[in-house]
Amino acid sequence: MSNIPLLSVITFLPLVGVALILLLVRSDVKDDSKQAKNIALLTSGFTFFLSLFLWFGFDASTSDFQFVEKTEWLPSIGVNYHMGIDGISMLFVLLSTLLTPICVLSAWEAVTKRAKEYMISFLILETMMIGMFCALDMMLFYIFFEGVLIPMFIIIGVWGGQNRIYAAFKLFLYTLLGSVLMLVAMLAMYWDANSFDIPTLMNHTFPAQMQTWIWLAFFASFAVKVPMWPVHTWLPDAHVQAPTAGSVILAGVLLKMGGYGFLRFSIPMMPLASADFTPLIYTLSIVAVIYTSLVALVQDDMKKLIAYSSIAHMGFVTIGAFTGTIQGIEGSIFTMLSHGIVSAALFLIVGVIYDRIHTREIAAYGGLVDRMPKYAVIFMLFMMASVGLPGTSGFVGEVLVLVGVFQVDQWVAALAATGAILGAAYSLYLYRRIIFGSLTKEKLKSILDMNKREVLVFAPLIILTLYAGVYPQPFLDVMHASVENLVNNYQAALDAAGAQVAVQ
Amino acid sequence: MSGLPNLTPALPEIFMACVAMALLMVGVFMKGEAKKVTRTVSYLATGAMVLALLLVTAFSTTAGTTFNGLFITGAFPAFAKVLILAASALTLLMSRDFFENANVTRFEYPILAVLATLGMMMMVSANDLIALYMGLELQSLSLYVMASIMRNDLRSTESGLKYFVLGALASGMLLYGSSLVYGFAGTTNFEVMAEMFAHEQDSVHGPSVGLIFGIVFVMVGLAFKVSAVPFHMWTPDVYEGAPTPVTAFFASAPKVAALSLFVFVMMGAFGDLAAQWQQIVIFISIASMALGAFAAVAQTNIKRLMAYSSIGNVGYMLIGLAVGGAVASGAETQQNGIESMLVYLSIYIIMTLGTFGCILAMKRGGDNVENINDLAGLSKSNPMMAAALAIFMFSMAGIPPLAGFFGKLYVFQSALEAGLVSLAVIGVLSSVVGCFYYIRLIKIMYFDDAEEDLDRQVGTEISMVVAAAAIVILAFFIYPGFITDSAAAAAAGLFAG
Repeated sequence: MSNIPLLSVITFLPLVGVALILLLVRSDVKDDSKQAKNIALLTSGFTFFLSLFLWFGFDASTSDFQFVEKTEWLPSIGVNYHMGIDGISMLFVLLSTLLTPICVLSAWEAVTKRAKEYMISFLILETMMIGMFCALDMMLFYIFFEGVLIPMFIIIGVWGGQNRIYAAFKLFLYTLLGSVLMLVAMLAMYWDANSFDIPTLMNHTFPAQMQTWIWLAFFASFAVKVPMWPVHTWLPDAHVQAPTAGSVILAGVLLKMGGYGFLRFSIPMMPLASADFTPLIYTLSIVAVIYTSLVALVQDDMKKLIAYSSIAHMGFVTIGAFTGTIQGIEGSIFTMLSHGIVSAALFLIVGVIYDRIHTREIAAYGGLVDRMPKYAVIFMLFMMASVGLPGTSGFVGEVLVLVGVFQVDQWVAALAATGAILGAAYSLYLYRRIIFGSLTKEKLKSILDMNKREVLVFAPLIILTLYAGVYPQPFLDVMHASVENLVNNYQAALDAAGAQVAVQ
Repeated sequence: MSGLPNLTPALPEIFMACVAMALLMVGVFMKGEAKKVTRTVSYLATGAMVLALLLVTAFSTTAGTTFNGLFITGAFPAFAKVLILAASALTLLMSRDFFENANVTRFEYPILAVLATLGMMMMVSANDLIALYMGLELQSLSLYVMASIMRNDLRSTESGLKYFVLGALASGMLLYGSSLVYGFAGTTNFEVMAEMFAHEQDSVHGPSVGLIFGIVFVMVGLAFKVSAVPFHMWTPDVYEGAPTPVTAFFASAPKVAALSLFVFVMMGAFGDLAAQWQQIVIFISIASMALGAFAAVAQTNIKRLMAYSSIGNVGYMLIGLAVGGAVASGAETQQNGIESMLVYLSIYIIMTLGTFGCILAMKRGGDNVENINDLAGLSKSNPMMAAALAIFMFSMAGIPPLAGFFGKLYVFQSALEAGLVSLAVIGVLSSVVGCFYYIRLIKIMYFDDAEEDLDRQVGTEISMVVAAAAIVILAFFIYPGFITDSAAAAAAGLFAG
């Protein structure tokens, strides 16, 4: 088992699927889209199956990187092919491999236009996402991080809604501008530490002055990805225009890239700057939590509402990540995972009725519970998980974050907690307008409830949401050793710097 | 020193010269219709270039000089020659279809291409100002004629004339600079010069003003040839006006030759005066990157767009040369700078060849079209070509994991290594602006619907070149050593001598 480069296999298996689609599916065949979908489902399903070996083979007692692979790649500029996972990244890999087959399934009937290319884009996207979470070389990370833009640009631009071109360009240029600054910072780090290797860089102490600049450059990139207020404006546009599966991946995995970046780079490599900028992060996050929740309250487009709620949830993530406490960081990771599942499910839920009525306007619906009882139940479950009802995964993450931040700063905790109340307000308001009331709209009178395939898509998400809500321990165990190590190193670095100041 | 000089190092050049004359005979005396003759000459010329490429790898890779030190061989010139010959052969291959379509069946065209290629090979092997000028002029004169090869076409003749007038001006400046350098240095040989300047830099007075004057003029001439800002004005007009295969040729092989020459002159002859010229290179590099990025945004003609793109790309490559002039950072950093430039150059040439292959394939009803909006809906009418062009555009925009990203990575990293932080930051920012117009092309191909589709038929040679280029760009990350190792060897060769 140990001889198989499992991470590389999982990362690049989707590309094998791409090759199969290109080679086997002839575009002149009548049911070419069917074949392409089958191949895509098989490869992504098999990738998920393989990724389960990571879960079972993972040793949760150590904070070391596991399943490590390392070979020389670009020796003249010091770049290696170095892959490995620890407790922080492992669950994100699983999240990516889980959501891709779900996306493929969700597009089964919804996408008829150029389905072959659609499937190819999603498989390439999967490779990029997995690779990014596994990369242990900064440059390799950057390649996957940026590479995500290519399929995402195409997915939004080709299969998106009315205003798709504007949204695709906005997504592309916003993200790119942030990332290239990060690239320069990475090169500067190489200049100082003479290595692109992430574990090596974690042990390297950068000069305090330099940390500030590097931190800001990374912040430019990750804040756009998260997204944090005020650079969040690309997200509602992208979500509204993206096809359902595109929104699922965007909310489910791509938003986590920013939070993961903070935990992988900013905090361990630039601890002093992270401590200095924590008030900034808190402020921006609290603004995000409160402001975007209020904005969500007045939306009349369902996808836009969920997009704004995502930004509010991400506010919790960034608060938790920068508390420097074990609970806070674990809560932050847990919220990301939970949000990955719940918001993905919510976008799928919107997709279900969008496929039937072809509008996302809230006012066009009402009283759906009469015609679609199954739908109403599933919608209710995920709405509650989004609100953070005890017993769902949303609750665990939010509570951990609040516990963590309460130890550091009570005011931040108090303000962040208001977000939970506002979240309940806009969520329940949305639910009330769509599901309850009387069924008066002519179009809705003949609407059909979810079919078997649609229920099947939601089944794993429902199970996970409830399981992680009732018994979160297995997930927390996996990340605990790594998070503890991260917090210890962070505190040690701060103490060392403090001692130095005291001596002077 | 008596008797015949050692001819072995110059064997590829001698071979090319003989081929050019022999093909001229074939063209004149071969019987049959013009189309057939042209086709034969064209294939023979392509074959000769491939053969010359093999000769280069066999005979001119070892360091040495001949013809009394006028002609130099080594890893660096050999690297450039391989690129030049490959680019020339491929563009010649792609041109057949276009000219037969346009009913321009002149067997002189492939012969001119052979002569121009010969001139380029001489340029990169020049070890003396006179030899340099000789090679440069052989190249330029052939190119002027090639630009106006469609003599009944107004745009083609106009571009040829424009190129000639401005090119002659640049050659004049280069000559003027050379004469000043000769006047103050007392020699035209690069090696002797380098030896002299090594002491001059140390002396109390520093290098004389007249010498610096001369160097600046030489640089102006060279900057014109590589179309760096502010000597770029001819590029968009000539690129747009010249027949597309000629533009493809202009954008590839002569770029390699001129940039290699630029590097060789600056590093070889004036290497010890780097303190004097480094800031000029930094300036033209920044100006080229910025202009290339901003001016291209407004273009609608794809050839014009590629002209501005090439100006911008030259800016990135000159970052490598600026690092090469960073004497204070030590020889290793300088060498990395040159290496990064050669990596960028090789990748750029592959992208350019592929892109021009796609432009040549842009036809509607048998006629070539050049407006970028003609590409609308290409992803439906010809998905493979759209995918290839998208790969080239994403690569030029510097999006990983495509090869273009690695080119940028190499130059930016070497710039930071040499402490040229501002250069790297400006480069990064202008690449974001540049991204806009590259992905606009992708937007047109993938997101817009066509009023009228382009022809699906694409010539065999063109599709082969495009496919090969796309695969190299796409798969570069799997085995980058393919390009980087030889670039490293070439850069090392430059510093060993």
